[in-house]
Amino acid sequence: MEHHQAPLGSARVTSPIAASVTRPRYSGPTPPSGSAATRSPWRRWRDRFFFLLFFASVAIGILGLAALVIDVLTDGLGALDFSFINSYPSRHPGESGIRAALFGTIWITLGTAAFAIPIGVATAIYLEEFAPDHWATRLVQLNIANLAGVPSIIYGILGLALFVQALSLDRSVLAGSLTMTLLILPIVIIVSQEAIKAVPNEFRDAAFALGANRWQVVKMVVLPQAIPGIMSGIILALSRAVGEAAPMLMISSLVFLTFIPTSPGDRFTVLPVQIFNWVSLPQPGFQAVASAGIIVLLAVLLSMNSVAIWIRNRYQKRY
Amino acid sequence: MPTRYVALALGITLIAGIVALGLNEPDTSILATDSPLTGTIEIDGSSTVFPISQAVAEEFRKVHPAVQVAVGVSGTGGGFKRFVVGETHISNASRAIKPSEIDKAAENGIEFIEIAVGFDGLSIIANPSNGFLECVTTQELRAIWEPGSDLHRWSDVRPEFPDGKFRLYGPDTDSGTFDYFTEAIMEHEDASRSDYTASADDNVLIRGVGGDKNALGYFGFAFYSSAPHLLKLIAVDSGSGCIYPSAETINNGTYSPLARPMFIYVNTAALERVEVVEFVNFYLDNATQLVTEVGYVPLPVELYDEGRTELNGAIGEPTS
Repeated sequence: MEHHQAPLGSARVTSPIAASVTRPRYSGPTPPSGSAATRSPWRRWRDRFFFLLFFASVAIGILGLAALVIDVLTDGLGALDFSFINSYPSRHPGESGIRAALFGTIWITLGTAAFAIPIGVATAIYLEEFAPDHWATRLVQLNIANLAGVPSIIYGILGLALFVQALSLDRSVLAGSLTMTLLILPIVIIVSQEAIKAVPNEFRDAAFALGANRWQVVKMVVLPQAIPGIMSGIILALSRAVGEAAPMLMISSLVFLTFIPTSPGDRFTVLPVQIFNWVSLPQPGFQAVASAGIIVLLAVLLSMNSVAIWIRNRYQKRY
Repeated sequence: MPTRYVALALGITLIAGIVALGLNEPDTSILATDSPLTGTIEIDGSSTVFPISQAVAEEFRKVHPAVQVAVGVSGTGGGFKRFVVGETHISNASRAIKPSEIDKAAENGIEFIEIAVGFDGLSIIANPSNGFLECVTTQELRAIWEPGSDLHRWSDVRPEFPDGKFRLYGPDTDSGTFDYFTEAIMEHEDASRSDYTASADDNVLIRGVGGDKNALGYFGFAFYSSAPHLLKLIAVDSGSGCIYPSAETINNGTYSPLARPMFIYVNTAALERVEVVEFVNFYLDNATQLVTEVGYVPLPVELYDEGRTELNGAIGEPTS
């Protein structure tokens, strides 16, 4: 499947998201059992040891998630009802709701998608299909990989200085979306590159042989094959944006809102910021409210991830 | 694959739910006010005043649901930084505006009015497990908090206290509470030792003091009253005995020098909009009740009337 010269320090080393999106599960021949090689008891023990080791690794992750979910559900389910989802925040825990933050999150997610998808996918197409393989391209590639590792608060500070202040977008949905775009752009680019790389080179060769030019090959052969991988990667990147509190604390700041945005120029707050705010309140009732908020956030994230899985399963092709 | 359909069903349910929510603007049917007011009001500033403005904004929405009110928490100084460039319409402040901030506002052509909204007894707070500290004198506070203070142990404060180290918690330098405390205790604004846990968020300070046996801190009274089970209120002695902050000691002036007024500053240009005027009027009309509810001490009625006079004067003025 290696059809492109992987540039120095390229995407292959980076995101676990990228790996999960494009790499098909091993489905080749299984090792023969009962052959001479496996008869040695020492080898069987070693096999067992590694099985247990890997199983334990999985169990740690699952148990951690289970503990979190159970804790949040026991605290929050009591506070979670329709009026919680449909009410604005309040100084009384019993009347508090998450409507403003939920809709802020939806606005930010849609806004981020509107900027990040075209820019990210176009960059990936350029880097994979058009860019000459020389030092400048490799430098760009290396920087994208590095940007994916920059702490999100840094993007928040950048967004505050650039969008909120220098471009006077104020603390608006637009400024928040652009900041989140910067944050997830490296991930979108890397994931899209991986998806494009996974298209077999024979397809391109066949199209070229029929007289297609480079753009026609991209448009009619590469993109249709790569879109499922790109889409599910984008959804995972967006769900990272949904869960980010730090940059949105910089852009939106802690704020008490009793309205939902109606245009990209409006003030907003998002789920993680609202949850952070509730968690910090000392009155006991707000802990349950915060847990109910976490349940809503988890529901949003799980739904987005299941859409990503659905897209992958629905359209994935194996060669 | 069945899992595929489960995922698809989940996604569709979510999207349908959100669409239904978006179409269903809450409360309008319950509240059924026919208020024609719309527009936005941007408020920022003191975390001490925040609970009052939050309560007013929440109640205001029940009457005028279409007016969008945003209340931020940037500290008094941080709030004025935004107010003097016209980014906000109303600034919460737990101290009076400084001459330097007035100059900045003038440079940017921002005119404003000052309205007092309530009293706070700036509170000295320790951890509930602290069994020896009941009352602290203003001289001791000064010795503890002054710049370059070499007091690090309780026994440095008073010889009969235990030998343990204390840890200090207080608002950061953007805070009006910090400005007021340093002015009142050190008699010199911004004069404070810097080796303490500083936060713009009073709830962080509450958690800090509540979780640290050797803590000593200060913040607005409403934040003490929001979590009295986590905190211990310390009386202050400025020469005439140990006084706790309360409505009585603040009104009769005995909780001195830490009782202080709280203000909102309103951009005069914003008062050309009827919803802002209505909001400030609503603030004054409901201040007595809401200030008490969030844990502060309301002003005498005459002072709210003075605020109304100020407001009416500003509306009457023809602004260029």
